[in-house]
Amino acid sequence: MHRFAKPSVFLKLTDPLLPWLSGATAILIAAGLYFALFASPGDYQQGDTVRIMYLHVPAAWMGLFCYVGMAVCGAMSLIWKHPLADICARATAPIGATFTALCLITGSLWGEPMWGTWWVWDARLTSMLILLFLYLGYIALVNAFDDPERGSKAGSALALVGAVNVPIVKFSVDWWNTLHQPASIVRMDGPTVDPSMQLPLALMILGFTCYYFVMLILRVRLELNERRIRALQLSGMFDERSPGQNTDTPSYDAGHNAEASQ
Amino acid sequence: MSEFFSMGGYGGYIWGSYAITAIAMIALLVATLRSLRNSRIERDQLEAVLQSRRSRRNKKAPKAP
Repeated sequence: MHRFAKPSVFLKLTDPLLPWLSGATAILIAAGLYFALFASPGDYQQGDTVRIMYLHVPAAWMGLFCYVGMAVCGAMSLIWKHPLADICARATAPIGATFTALCLITGSLWGEPMWGTWWVWDARLTSMLILLFLYLGYIALVNAFDDPERGSKAGSALALVGAVNVPIVKFSVDWWNTLHQPASIVRMDGPTVDPSMQLPLALMILGFTCYYFVMLILRVRLELNERRIRALQLSGMFDERSPGQNTDTPSYDAGHNAEASQ
Repeated sequence: MSEFFSMGGYGGYIWGSYAITAIAMIALLVATLRSLRNSRIERDQLEAVLQSRRSRRNKKAPKAP
């Protein structure tokens, strides 16, 4: 397991994956858009506004999926001190925050014509808003420390504590009275959505998931570059202070190798 | 055609949500690609500077008494 946590291994593994994932994202979302906008019927009650569902539900799914990923990475970073786990959590946060915000915005645009209101303070909507604040809090917290190690510890703790909100979001429609409709896809007796609407929904969910993995790979690379830059800047300062000593460039691998040899 | 765009009178809400989603997802991608490129340039520059500084010192080293 530790072998895969080495940044160089991560780059080698994800390099051939990236073009395939990007292609899959484009094809899935293009096909999903075609079925969502042209080749699927309107709802018998809601008319064409049901087409907002093909964005709203995948965005909500990604908001929760990203948060679970972030919390798992946070746990791995706290327990095993995986450098890559912390990097993945940091890379995931802005993507998850974007999807959660999109879920709230599209939900609002759907609520105004169908419920007659942009916003209500009910359980589903409020717990989703809290999810957005958890993401924003995590991003602010990990960037608030000069020492990235301390930032990652505080951030991982926040991500783990906040994970209690995920089941609250999921079951909020069952536990409290709400304007929001109950679960219609992931439920015990199978989905209640018509198959003609399941297809575009499934395509969009898969497309958004692929988009997430493309963004994750790109953002992990960005994070690795930034750590490398920080290490190089530190070693550069060392060079200037003690020109006689040969200081080896500390690499982002260094701390990890020591740990892996235990 | 205009019937398609009006979406049964809900065009503003539907196209609005599609537009916002597209803008947000593309903006996140573009911002990430841009900072990725900038970080790559900065890393390579730093590496080159440190490399040249080090090789210069190593050349001088044997001459020292």
